[in-house]
Amino acid sequence: MHPVLKLVTQRLALGLLLLLAVSVVIFLGVEALPGDTAQAILGQSATPQALANLREQMGLNEPPLTRYFSWLGGILTGDLGTALTNGADIAQSIKQRLGNTLFLAGCAAVISVPLAIVLGLIAARYAGRWPDKLISGVTLTTISLPEFVAAYFVIFLLTQLIPIFQPVAMVLPGMGFWAKLNAVALPVIVLVMVVLAHMMRMTRAAILNVMQSAYIETAELKGLSPMTVIWRHAFPNAIAPVVSVVMLNLAYLVVGVVVVEVVFSYNALGQYLVDHVTKRDLPVVQAVGLIFAAVYIFLNMLADIIGILANPRLRHPK
Amino acid sequence: MNDKHNQLDWMLAQAKKGRMTRREFVGRTTALGVSTALAGALFSKAAMAEEPKKGGTLKLGISGGGSTDTLDPALSASPAPYSILRTWGEALVDVSETGAVEMRIAEEVSSNADATEWKFKIRSGMEYHGGGTVTADDVIATLKRHTDEKAQSGALGIVQGISEMSAEGDMVTLKLASANADLPFLIADYHLVIQPGGGVDNPAAGNGTGPYKVVSNEAGVITTFEKHANYWDSSRGHADAVEILIINDATARSAALQAGQVHMIDRLDPKIVALLAGDTNIAVERAAGPGHYVFIMHCDKAPFDNNDLRMALKMSINRGELVEKILGGFGSPGNDFPINAAYPLFDDSIPQREYDAAAAAEFYKKSGHDGSPILLQVAPGAFPGAVDAANLFAASANAAGVPLQIKLEPDDGYWSDVWNVAPFCASYWGGRPVQDQMYTTAYLSTAEWNDTRFKNAKFDELLVAARGELDGAKRKGVYTEMANILRDEGGLICPMFNDWVEGRRAEVGGWVANPQGTMMNGFALSKCWLNA
Repeated sequence: MHPVLKLVTQRLALGLLLLLAVSVVIFLGVEALPGDTAQAILGQSATPQALANLREQMGLNEPPLTRYFSWLGGILTGDLGTALTNGADIAQSIKQRLGNTLFLAGCAAVISVPLAIVLGLIAARYAGRWPDKLISGVTLTTISLPEFVAAYFVIFLLTQLIPIFQPVAMVLPGMGFWAKLNAVALPVIVLVMVVLAHMMRMTRAAILNVMQSAYIETAELKGLSPMTVIWRHAFPNAIAPVVSVVMLNLAYLVVGVVVVEVVFSYNALGQYLVDHVTKRDLPVVQAVGLIFAAVYIFLNMLADIIGILANPRLRHPK
Repeated sequence: MNDKHNQLDWMLAQAKKGRMTRREFVGRTTALGVSTALAGALFSKAAMAEEPKKGGTLKLGISGGGSTDTLDPALSASPAPYSILRTWGEALVDVSETGAVEMRIAEEVSSNADATEWKFKIRSGMEYHGGGTVTADDVIATLKRHTDEKAQSGALGIVQGISEMSAEGDMVTLKLASANADLPFLIADYHLVIQPGGGVDNPAAGNGTGPYKVVSNEAGVITTFEKHANYWDSSRGHADAVEILIINDATARSAALQAGQVHMIDRLDPKIVALLAGDTNIAVERAAGPGHYVFIMHCDKAPFDNNDLRMALKMSINRGELVEKILGGFGSPGNDFPINAAYPLFDDSIPQREYDAAAAAEFYKKSGHDGSPILLQVAPGAFPGAVDAANLFAASANAAGVPLQIKLEPDDGYWSDVWNVAPFCASYWGGRPVQDQMYTTAYLSTAEWNDTRFKNAKFDELLVAARGELDGAKRKGVYTEMANILRDEGGLICPMFNDWVEGRRAEVGGWVANPQGTMMNGFALSKCWLNA
């Protein structure tokens, strides 16, 4: 077997094992929460009789181990069950919400990743001079703002002062592509502000690190322009650390943006998860938790593999 | 005199255009020497006089929705599902903004002399969105479903008192286990919308007789409706279509209103009302509802089993300060019983309890408490501003020498682990349409939600006696006696009643605030229209 193929297979198997372990952790974590589903649903209006009825109806009286395995079996057969709270089909709800999550994350990534890398290259080219200071200063400011503050700021600026966008960013079935893009404009701006600095700083640092090498000096002595040196010679060797930071930020864009979703009433997976956590809707929490874990594991695996492929020493082991 | 007339005409014109709130109108006209009652009537007339405009899409941005919501009327419990339910469904009767019973699916209500048997005549030709018309059997099946404990209905406590139901032609007869003069008010409960076959087969189908039928429903996101073509009442359902958008974030909600993405919103943050004053596109609406924020003590647990200590705590809370700082002035001080002017038969002559450090210190001394900290458990989600309110309470109590201390709890699990469990905590009540129901729900010795563990034989006796009393004046007297017992002996510290504070755009016509519930008792979309 080709060593790269073998490596990828190994990583995949490890990822699946990790996912299984995560499923156990998620289950235990939810079990440890105070109160149970029945209590969370009825809330302040819980009477002992209503509680007992609801527990019986939801099968909450079964032992935890039985509930865990029946759920795991369902996952493997593609059946996520129905939400305990409103009886909706979980797979169906998740499909639509996941689509929205990926759309938002995708839009933010398409803008932020190239922008961060280009800004990183420029900052490295002019390291220590005013373009570098300006880029670092601005991006560090935007990352330092909590997301909800950035979101309110953007809402104030672009819906009240200059009313060109709408504060509520719901994406609905039947909306055209451009209408969707228009709807998510504000959350995308906020997310770009939040993720830009991390990727930009890593690109800059990785390139400056490579710039110390002797072969860069050779390239410079050859008479190449500074930008060509960076783009052709330094950047390919800085890819591995940049990719791993990019992947980390992509994962964040998929799983970590619930605050932004809430502020913009964006109907994606994060809000869906939080709604169900507060109601202790176990099957939904577990399913979404597992999806988020899978996204993290997959993106990190991808970063590893790209890192290996970008490094000739790892690509062609002796 | 002429000048006054001109001013009055001008103000009436403003009111007709929806540029002046009721409060503003009444305030300014009474300054001209018009009586408050007349001013209120003039305002209502002005608001009604405006001709409803037909057409358009009316949009409501509302809080309290989640992807866990359902269209099942029995399970509706927060502002979003409530407004959605009110838009597609209809109950037998409603309670109007003046507190009167208004006929809907029932066209006539009558009772026997001792209020133990009630007859509802069903209006003919009430069409469901899915076809067919309302029958007396549908009404009975609906009420029966809510009595089934498996349905987990929020109206279970209401329908439980019905011992026998029967249908004959278009007449529904309900026999009660014990007399209840308030039954029509209870039957107006928003859960009790009539569904075909009682909604037994598919309770969440969203098929009712309301002015709008559900077109699409994405729980916790948006529900869209279109006009029910054969709706019976031309005074409701003016827009061609309506939409309910769930916007849980308060800032986003007001931004959406200002940007014109929605035409009305609920729960406007009192803090920003002053900031909206300059915006001529926005009108702020308020109504003094029955909702209240409370601190509750268990009367059967030490140290709260000592009435002197309870009185010490009641005396050491500064109600005026809480209304000012926590509600931003949008509310009124409470008087340690859960009833205010939003209820029929309320007695406003009961003296208002005030902060009195000396009296508090005296009660505290009399209680013989050992001086160890008295713990008040509170979470941010107990009610908006709960932690700040508790801090103010502790500060004023400590100033009076009462060693009140706050224990901060997480929101998560608060309603299962702290409320109704801990002996002293913060909570809230949304209120009920009539006094009997509020007291029966939480202050009767045997009530399941007796969250103050208040057990008083005399009080229970009066409560039951009041139910069968059809003479309004006598009934009011009984309720006054009960209020005084609760005020002086109960475990309830009720520092404030919170107003409904809502926002609408100026182009929304037909708004008449209703103290019974948020968003014109849930009917804002049905009763308002769009002036283009």
